[in-house]
Amino acid sequence: MADSIAVSEASARAAGLAVSLRGVTKVYDNGVTALGPLDLDVRKGEFVSLLGPSGCGKSTALRLIAGLNAPTSGTVGVSQTRRQAPGGRAIGFVFQEPTLMPWTRVRENVRLPLKLAHAPAAEANARVSEALAQVGLAEFADAYPRELSGGMKMRVSLARALVTDPDILLMDEPFAALDEITRFRLNNDLLSLWRDLRKTVIFVTHSVFESVYLSQRVIVMTSRPGRIGAEFHIDAAEPRGEDFRTSADYAGYCRKVSNALAPLRQGLPGS
Amino acid sequence: MNSSQTLPLSAEQSAPDSRIERLVRIMLPVVVLAMGVAAWEIVVRVNDIPPYVLPGPGAVFRTLLNDWPVLWRSLLTTLQTTLEGFVAATVGGIVLALLFNQSKWLEYSLFPYAVILQVTPVIAIAPLLLIYLPQQSAVIVCAWIVGFFPVLSNTTLGLNSVDRNLAGLFQLYGASRLQTLRYLKLPSALPFILGGLRIAGGLSLIGAVVAEIAAGSAGAGSGLAYRIAESGYRLNIPRMFAALLLLSAAGIVIYGLLALTSHLLLRRWHESALGKES
Repeated sequence: MADSIAVSEASARAAGLAVSLRGVTKVYDNGVTALGPLDLDVRKGEFVSLLGPSGCGKSTALRLIAGLNAPTSGTVGVSQTRRQAPGGRAIGFVFQEPTLMPWTRVRENVRLPLKLAHAPAAEANARVSEALAQVGLAEFADAYPRELSGGMKMRVSLARALVTDPDILLMDEPFAALDEITRFRLNNDLLSLWRDLRKTVIFVTHSVFESVYLSQRVIVMTSRPGRIGAEFHIDAAEPRGEDFRTSADYAGYCRKVSNALAPLRQGLPGS
Repeated sequence: MNSSQTLPLSAEQSAPDSRIERLVRIMLPVVVLAMGVAAWEIVVRVNDIPPYVLPGPGAVFRTLLNDWPVLWRSLLTTLQTTLEGFVAATVGGIVLALLFNQSKWLEYSLFPYAVILQVTPVIAIAPLLLIYLPQQSAVIVCAWIVGFFPVLSNTTLGLNSVDRNLAGLFQLYGASRLQTLRYLKLPSALPFILGGLRIAGGLSLIGAVVAEIAAGSAGAGSGLAYRIAESGYRLNIPRMFAALLLLSAAGIVIYGLLALTSHLLLRRWHESALGKES
């Protein structure tokens, strides 16, 4: 298995791909097939959303890419380039919950990945400040997580994912628990970060509107087991903003994506 | 965040209310104490009860002052034993919990014996320990036996209560076992450990007293519990009360110190140490 991952890493690099999944399946210990077989290529710098109902395996796919779980079969290839900075990592992960350590300040929460990688203190300090500035929380560095609102906690979580300067940002329904106003603002901030930093983003969501607004490509997943049901390229003038959110194009894309989800919904028990 | 911010009017009204309530909560036990002491004194005087049957609170207080040099030395002895037992219980409980957390096999092998040590009454173990160990060590071992179990079980509970997503995050960033322990598991377990210490503090005092009574030997190094037993044999009842009063005060101070430590360590982040207002 280790060999096949190495091979696909090489081929992924050659094709300019950030992530490449080939025939990936995941069967849990209780015999439930959560995923696949799944084939997915994500280009470098691309913003891709995985959209689907709860339990369709989209979070499982993300955890496989992150290396948090191992696939039952198939290969997961992740490109590993330019790791010159100490503490730099290929992948940053933003969980559904902010997942902050409540016992320490915002600054220390963001510093964690660097501390675990034994990065030199002076450089770590600079990068923590930079990451906090990127998410607009520079003046809250010394606050404790419980003193922040839900949206601000999520920004800290995002800063922590950015602090290692990852090539690939994996986001698992990060804004699902936020109110719509906060979510729209974070959507815009995420888009501008993506434009500035040119990261590859794989964004898991169950919101049609969010996926269309953010992504270059929306992948609709079917459930049990999770497979790719449909794929949409969202072509919109960059940079996207509130104009796009209220445009007819946006509404059209949302309708198309919703229609692709509809047959899946009917297939679910109890709906 | 709370209603008092959105409704300043009700906040102004509730502020004096809560101050009065706090005053009442402090004053009520004091009033009960004063009434109890007064009733005690009256009963003793009206019935003319001799001090070797029941001394009045005045007599107890006079004994406390007159016998202060003896009682003070005994108090220090007992406190030293308690402290040594408490430190041993803290170190032993936390280290054992860490070992159990790292190795399931060790936990399965040893945990039943920790439970047996806990459920066997210490007063029954003390005479045996006194046969095999020098008196001072036997007393400390007794204090340790009763104190270490709450530390062990609370620390184990804390180490197992780590947030799953945070554990995943540490895994994602390639944290070593030691890093996970130091930066994730121990801070997560801290509120639980402190809860265990608060129980262990009082129990160490009990362990020390039980062992002293079982030991029962005289000498300059004798603790408060020995003074109580000795005064009982001599029918020096006022001194029994005075020594008991000191033991009780020592227990309160130990609990207060541990509660304060816990509050200072947790006040910035843990729910248990945050006021209702935030």
